[in-house]
Amino acid sequence: MNLIQRIAAGLAIAAVSTGLLASPEDDLKAFQGFFHKRFPDVSNAELGNGVYAIDPVGRANWEAIEEFPPYEPMIDQGHEMWDKPFANGKHYKDCLPDGPALGKEFPHWDKKSGRVVTLPLALNECREVNGEKPLPYNKGKLASLLAYLAFESRGQLIDVKIPKDDPRALEAYEKGKHFYFARRGQLNFSCATCHMQSTGMRIRSEILSPALGQATHWPVYRSKWGELGTLHRRFGGCNKNVRAKAFPAQSEEYRDLEYFLTYMSNGLPLNGPAARK
Amino acid sequence: MRDEHRGRRAARSLALLAGLAVGLSAAAADSNIEKGRAIALERSKGNCIACHMIPGGDSPGNIAPPLVGMKARFPDRAALKAQIFDATVRNPETSMPPFGRNRILTPKELDEVVDFVWSL
Repeated sequence: MNLIQRIAAGLAIAAVSTGLLASPEDDLKAFQGFFHKRFPDVSNAELGNGVYAIDPVGRANWEAIEEFPPYEPMIDQGHEMWDKPFANGKHYKDCLPDGPALGKEFPHWDKKSGRVVTLPLALNECREVNGEKPLPYNKGKLASLLAYLAFESRGQLIDVKIPKDDPRALEAYEKGKHFYFARRGQLNFSCATCHMQSTGMRIRSEILSPALGQATHWPVYRSKWGELGTLHRRFGGCNKNVRAKAFPAQSEEYRDLEYFLTYMSNGLPLNGPAARK
Repeated sequence: MRDEHRGRRAARSLALLAGLAVGLSAAAADSNIEKGRAIALERSKGNCIACHMIPGGDSPGNIAPPLVGMKARFPDRAALKAQIFDATVRNPETSMPPFGRNRILTPKELDEVVDFVWSL
């Protein structure tokens, strides 16, 4: 059995075949352990730098880019958005009193609405209750607002909780986990095919980034996009790369996936926004 | 005597035809190999080079074994074709896409790629 089989067995298959679910705590240990074994010299905090934690050549280019970060103007734009009152005189802060440093509070399970609530979703719902139109989720103004909030949250440690008092929370987590390990698309890849099984290896000339740390640094200014984009935009891009149909940003599928993926990065420092190739 | 002469002429013609046929099929195989090479290197088609080193191809990936000595690794062409058609049959955990099963390549393209890979 290779590594991915062992990890998949630890995380999912064994759970089904024995009728016992591995707890999220067990999953977390197995998941992070997998990467510590694959990259024994790379710390958790470094893994938040994605592929640049394991690619010295790419890292030098990236460090040069980060000296004059391309996302800086968007942080300023997001700051203005945060401070500017809605037409009714209220602010985002009236919905999210702990803001702007909100990073470690999301995503979270919301018992009342019975779903995973992400930060972009909470921001748009705040707009709607205050009579403002929701903003598009993939890029643009909402991404700028997220960039400001991410910047203010830098250094907070990820601490996603799967509350035990609501079985639906565990169910959402399990759905996200299943999504992560399920093969999809004409090319038949799961997220884990590239970002666990083949992480550190090259697909053409690109090194495949480790899954651990992928949730720490959104939104991202991606050179390929030439602008900021959100985590769910990237999920959609990955799904299209494997020739699968992308789900809409903030769909239940992607929120559950974010819940699982971010939980797997528990303990890592938030370090968004970030620049990527 | 005349019959004998006619027979020899017929035999010569046949030999000529046979030779032509061999020449043609060799040319067809060469052209299949060339078509297969193009498919193997083309990102939207086989894109074999994304994961496999291919002699003569630039910037290969290193996820999968180099495509060399293929006739030694697959003495049976049909086994190689089956592997490219759906590698998950032999190894359910493989990262290799099932090029035939998921119709990433047409049957003709699959045959061309098999000819090319088998020539390496």
